[in-house]
Amino acid sequence: MTKIKTQYNRRSFLKVSTAAGGGMLLGFSWLASCSPTPEQIRKMPDTWFDINGFLKIGDNGLVTIMSPNPEIGQNVKTAMPMIIAEELDIDWNEVLVEQAPLNTDIFTRQLAGGSQSIRQGWQSLRMAGATARHMLVMAAAKVWQVPHNEITTALGTLYHKASDKSMGYGEVAGAASKLTVPEEVVLKEPKDFNIIGSSRLNVDGPDIIQGKPLFGLDIQEEGMLTAMIVHPPAFGMKYKAANTKEILSMPGIRDAFPINIYPEGAQKQWSDGGGIAELVAIVGETTWQCMQAKKALKVEWEQVSTLESSSDHEEALTKLLNTPSKVAARKDGNVNKAFANANKVIERTYSAPFLAHNTMEPMNFFANITAEKAILKGPIQTPEFLEKTIESVLDMPIEHIDIQMTRMGGGFGRRLYGHFGVEAAVISKKMQAPIKLVYSREDDMTQGTYRPAYKVRYKAGLDAEGKLIAWHVIGAGTNDDLVFENRFPAGAVDNYLAEKHRLESNITTGAWRAPRSNFIAGAEQSFIDEVAELAGKDPIDFRLELFDRAINDPVGDPKTNDYDPKRFAGVLQLAREKSGWSSNKTNRSLGVSAYYCHNSYVAEIIDLEMDGNMPKINKVWCAVDCGIVINPLSARNQIEGGIIDGIGHATYSALSFENGKPEQQNFDTYQLIRQKQAPKEIETFFVDNGIDPTGLGEPSLPPISGALANALYKATGTRYYRQPFISERQVIG
Amino acid sequence: MAKFNVNINGKQREIEVDPTTPMLWVLRDHLKLVGTKYGCGVAQCGACTVHLGDNAVRSCQLPISAVGDKEITTIEGLSEHGDHPVQKAWIEEDVYQCGYCQAGQIMNATAFLKSNPNPTEGEIEAAMHGNICRCGTYTRIKKAIQSAANSKIA
Repeated sequence: MTKIKTQYNRRSFLKVSTAAGGGMLLGFSWLASCSPTPEQIRKMPDTWFDINGFLKIGDNGLVTIMSPNPEIGQNVKTAMPMIIAEELDIDWNEVLVEQAPLNTDIFTRQLAGGSQSIRQGWQSLRMAGATARHMLVMAAAKVWQVPHNEITTALGTLYHKASDKSMGYGEVAGAASKLTVPEEVVLKEPKDFNIIGSSRLNVDGPDIIQGKPLFGLDIQEEGMLTAMIVHPPAFGMKYKAANTKEILSMPGIRDAFPINIYPEGAQKQWSDGGGIAELVAIVGETTWQCMQAKKALKVEWEQVSTLESSSDHEEALTKLLNTPSKVAARKDGNVNKAFANANKVIERTYSAPFLAHNTMEPMNFFANITAEKAILKGPIQTPEFLEKTIESVLDMPIEHIDIQMTRMGGGFGRRLYGHFGVEAAVISKKMQAPIKLVYSREDDMTQGTYRPAYKVRYKAGLDAEGKLIAWHVIGAGTNDDLVFENRFPAGAVDNYLAEKHRLESNITTGAWRAPRSNFIAGAEQSFIDEVAELAGKDPIDFRLELFDRAINDPVGDPKTNDYDPKRFAGVLQLAREKSGWSSNKTNRSLGVSAYYCHNSYVAEIIDLEMDGNMPKINKVWCAVDCGIVINPLSARNQIEGGIIDGIGHATYSALSFENGKPEQQNFDTYQLIRQKQAPKEIETFFVDNGIDPTGLGEPSLPPISGALANALYKATGTRYYRQPFISERQVIG
Repeated sequence: MAKFNVNINGKQREIEVDPTTPMLWVLRDHLKLVGTKYGCGVAQCGACTVHLGDNAVRSCQLPISAVGDKEITTIEGLSEHGDHPVQKAWIEEDVYQCGYCQAGQIMNATAFLKSNPNPTEGEIEAAMHGNICRCGTYTRIKKAIQSAANSKIA
């Protein structure tokens, strides 16, 4: 048994219980926010008892569990409550799930990012369930007048076997809710898990397939107006003047005015990211009316900085790769000497363009700002930071700001940067009315906050036996420095040099699913493939030799190496076994790739063939070590999504610039992967090792572009260095 | 502004609106039927797919003045309790991630299966090519369509 300190701030639990008793703070409105089955409605309790901020139990045993973190499609709204339900020891069918609002008194890290929701929530979620279970046990012990350690629980029922007594949680929930939160609780052993590790359907599934209002864009409120913004057409330009008065006579248009969302002295957070301070706002009755007014609006812009083009970035990044960095990010041995003595040397350069996030639900937010209160609702990955910016921009005490999270039509990092929430608040304040800010697709794609453009060069040296003796990586990105100096193969090569540069750009960038990893993993794993070929070795054997070196005789302090070579080798071996790689005697074109990021290990193997000049991906095998898997059904979904996302962007997508202006503005010119381009089959295998869970939403994306490039080489004889692989510059076939 | 009488999900609805207004915004802003989603506004993503008669159409490109007396079915009108076989297949396959595009995917798939009850894999891929899923649930979407087709629903 694992006994752990609850770490909870007891005071905050009590505070929450008191507040929740008044029904204000937690705002349980489950009837509106999820679809209970008719069975559940029939079984609705007469009274709910707040046990702690995470859950409440009805007098009939029904349990409502709050899902604390923002839901962007990573399915934490199912997985996080599953963890609580496990320790509470209840029947999952008796659980209703509700999205929690932002509440830093109860919940920690209400943020969707870095694939960390489950990893960082793991302990507190288990404790929320376990403390509640403990309080129910203590309450039952009092009722039955038996020692509490003689009481057992299963599926929402308490048992005292010796006296053959039993009762449901609901019968003592009221008494339990009055008890003190324990200082210590006992957690289950992983072998006793019933819910964790079992596949459970997405709790929002029934609402999604019926088109129920779940998303920010679906918000409809009494008296609500629609707002749209107009931002500069190019980076390097700024608002000067507009014919706002002339559009006021258009049907449904209520007002149009310039805004500055960050007035002087406003405290911005990192999450304000690439928010554009000065915009033009148009407010009207309907979206279509605002769209028409947007077209009629004539804005005068002035140039305030350089108007950059993609060709400028290309040139500047190349220049940086030819410039030694002042200080190496990491240096082991002596690469120059080793290259001079090497039997074979190979050098290759890889590049990738800017990418837009392109969540299917464009940016939007609802705001109702009055003198007394700020109510904000919508899709946001960082509600806590939005609240802080709002506090400063509106100069309003934080207790008067209420932030609610809707389900998000995709995140991918874009909704970490909540400037659109600030825009909504500023517009609502000016209008003295509730408004819903809506970005058009074009606004969304051209606003900024992109995945940076990247370039990286690798150089490797082999000795006469084909052993890797030297490795040099130098990378650069726009507003980003790309290289992870302590990741593989650091620690496995005697002579190692990592250098990185950053190209300042006025084109705003931000975290895009698996930042930096999303490009450099594929580049590195493509290069390794070519190095292995030069060494005359099987690409998997070649990698495993390097892991052996990192395990048995690591270079440098093994603690600085940002990976566990045993777990890394483990996923590679698993993928090899499952794909039948070693028995590859047919004409299959297989490509392999493996990467570690977000605390998880992933190895992927692609089997493809060419259909004319297009790749047809027959199958992807994916081996994942992310520790304990909470919900295998949706975990596989995340892995599949990351693979398809990674293949799609590496193959088809690009955002390019001409004089500061994005050349793609909608999906007619910006290509996203579509149905027939997706792999025919993806099979995922999880390593079962009982280790505490790590990241899952991002790790399957980074390596896949390497596996794809390597399989394409097998099929076509051509290496692919430049993303997107299929473009005017490089046509497959 | 003009008055229109349109048949939505089996009910006659009277709407006074600019004749150029796309059905997407009539549904979402005027009728509060928000299951039909805005994704691109230029018929490239399929999130706004509804049925016009038996055909799947992109409602962002369908001005209300062009509807006439044809019946429009939205995701809200596809079934009473979300129990259309395609919807059931979506639940069984646990298709969605963010879920935003799925109403459009389902509307496209149901119209397709009605015209082609026993499609090949290639036919499904071709029919669904106009619907983008940014989360990449394509393999599950295809599986759900195959499973709905096998249950002989169309």
